[in-house]
Amino acid sequence: MIKWLLKHTPQSFRVGAKRRARNPGQLAHVALDSGLAPLARPGMTAVGLSAVLLILSFPLVPMAAEKMVIGYVDQVDDPRHEDRTGFGGILLEQRGRAYDGAKLAMGDLSMVGRALDIEFELVEGRAEAPDAIGAAANKLRNERGARFILIDAAADALIAAKRGTPDALLFNIAADADALRGADCQPHLMHLFPSLAMRTDALVQFIVARKWRDILVLEGPDVQDREAVRALEHSAKRFGARIVSKRPFVLGSDPRERDQNNLALLTTGSYDVVFVADESREVARFLPYQTLSPRPIIGAAGLTAEAWHWAWDRDGGANLSRRFKRLAQRPMRGEDWAAWIGVKAIIEAVMRTRTTEFAKVSGHLKSGDFRVDGSKGQALTFRPWDNQLRQPIQLATTDAVIAQAPFPQFLHRTENLDTLGADRPDTTCRFPAGSPNR
Amino acid sequence: MRRFAKSVLAVVLLALGIHNSLAKDTGRIFVSNEKSNTVTVLDGKTYAPVATVRTGKRPRDIKLSADRTRLYVACGDDNRIDVIDVAKLAVVDSIRGIDEPEVFDLGPGDRQMFVSNEDDGELSIIDLQTKKVTKSIKVGGEPEGVMVSLDGATVYVASEAASLVHVVDVASGTIKADIPVGSRPRRFAQSPDGKEVWVSAEVEGTVYVIDAARNAVANKIEFQPRGFRRDDIRPVGLKLTRDGATAYVTLGAANRVAVVDARTKEVRDYILVGSRPWDLTLSRDESRLFVANGASDDITLIDAKVGKVIRSVPVGRSPHSVAIDD
Repeated sequence: MIKWLLKHTPQSFRVGAKRRARNPGQLAHVALDSGLAPLARPGMTAVGLSAVLLILSFPLVPMAAEKMVIGYVDQVDDPRHEDRTGFGGILLEQRGRAYDGAKLAMGDLSMVGRALDIEFELVEGRAEAPDAIGAAANKLRNERGARFILIDAAADALIAAKRGTPDALLFNIAADADALRGADCQPHLMHLFPSLAMRTDALVQFIVARKWRDILVLEGPDVQDREAVRALEHSAKRFGARIVSKRPFVLGSDPRERDQNNLALLTTGSYDVVFVADESREVARFLPYQTLSPRPIIGAAGLTAEAWHWAWDRDGGANLSRRFKRLAQRPMRGEDWAAWIGVKAIIEAVMRTRTTEFAKVSGHLKSGDFRVDGSKGQALTFRPWDNQLRQPIQLATTDAVIAQAPFPQFLHRTENLDTLGADRPDTTCRFPAGSPNR
Repeated sequence: MRRFAKSVLAVVLLALGIHNSLAKDTGRIFVSNEKSNTVTVLDGKTYAPVATVRTGKRPRDIKLSADRTRLYVACGDDNRIDVIDVAKLAVVDSIRGIDEPEVFDLGPGDRQMFVSNEDDGELSIIDLQTKKVTKSIKVGGEPEGVMVSLDGATVYVASEAASLVHVVDVASGTIKADIPVGSRPRRFAQSPDGKEVWVSAEVEGTVYVIDAARNAVANKIEFQPRGFRRDDIRPVGLKLTRDGATAYVTLGAANRVAVVDARTKEVRDYILVGSRPWDLTLSRDESRLFVANGASDDITLIDAKVGKVIRSVPVGRSPHSVAIDD
């Protein structure tokens, strides 16, 4: 009875109901029939008014509106959330928690909750250390009922988290390790952030399309630098570029090591382009204009491959980055975009399936019918063989997106986005038999 | 004597006013250029440029007032609506303080303007007499397309981020329905009897036809020009003929305009135009169709009766919308 009365009550009079809902847009209105019927709200009536009075005079009764909890887990004081600074404390890049990206999507899509009569809620879990990420995810699963959980963590923590939260779908928003999409892949781990291979494939497509085929590789001392070079080597082979020389570098000015710390000596020889792998950025950011030959730089400086760059001004990109900046007080980065598209993908799947049922929503996300708009032009989908979100990669300088890969010179027989990262025939991911993937 | 001088002045002013109104029906074509911050004015017969009017930053949607003496221009990056005097071909007024206006529509009698504010996620209602925002209504993220129903009682707003069409009751200023449609809904058109509301879903690559009486989706139109993959089809602009028989839909990345039988919802033809066509406009007699090609800085002129391109005309950088004073 009360629900019926609520249905016939104008929104502005639903004071009592608002107290119970987190958001006035998430109240029950009219039950939806299947298909694409909308939500109709009848005008104010005397019945409506008396209904409000009736409700206000009775103890509050829980609403029948369906609720869906989206989880978000990251680590307290994660160094990756700190601003990137150079020597002397110079601010090189503002960074922060990608949680703001998830929050932005909740706001963008709040009206969907109203239209579907489903209350979406974003809840966060903070881990004290990387090895507590899994426990935090499991806690959201058990205590808050979150079965779709975004995770901002490194590859190892993600794998452990997936093991500890078996009946939830986890979304990787920050780890680019190719192994997560290969040997270490998991059927219930989705990847919103592009893999390292997708990003080096994008860079190599770009240079080969311009016939800059000869690459000089400068490799830094970090583990990530070694990984980046490995990915580049694979991309070069895939698209027909040549690595003419691979030289390790070190930070320093010791004259005995000058073949490894002097930028001019490091860049002798003949090549079209320099690829620099430098997680620290302390060599890469000084490389442009200091090469012995006048050649462009790609990789960690010059032209970089990004999931999202704030200078993207097409497909609603400028608008998205501006909304994010208003909310987070800093420019939008790839991880922020990944968190934003994660919440958007989950709500999109609920919107299309008209249910919050875990199996149906996760099944739809992985199906060929699922498509989501990421403000990068075309619709985005998940690869069934490794759960990676297909997406264009932005190639950017400090203040401009020069191009968005893939490029028309590298067409694919069915899906051009599959020229970036592990394609079906190349994947080393083997989901266990009976897993929900196609 | 002084009184006489005053009345002479009044007569002269009146005559000037009449002169201004005579400037109507010039046949001129107005094109907003998003990246040049101008409106290009073309002669309606020769298509030669008549004038280039400087506007605020990022001029996007443009619409003529009902009496066609003024052209309203939404200047997104300057947060204002410029008003161009169609006779003088100059900006004579501005409505300021409108957050990031993108697309707008005018209510009956030009009393009210309905504007989507991209950044704030709102629909603003502006009183055109006082030039003040009288109401802002919260809608889904990134609202774009705005259309007033024929009877003026309802406004439709498309939220690109939330994939919803909001049905706004003008009298009460409240949303009376939210209709889920395909990914990234952009622009609207309505059938001449007002029974159908068409909305393009850019990223899904479709057009939804909404039954206006039920506020429910009645049809979905898909496009398959030869040699294109699904993701190259990105419908944006829509126009229906007055007899309700034909719809024209621009397909963005597919560089084509689809010609749709508006009654059967079947696609009859695809016409090759310039690069990334979005907005399009029909001449009053519906013999000519003008298409703004955002990525080739020109407009394509189509003979609408035979569905053939007549010519293309260069305009400014990134043409957004077209209006014709005919």
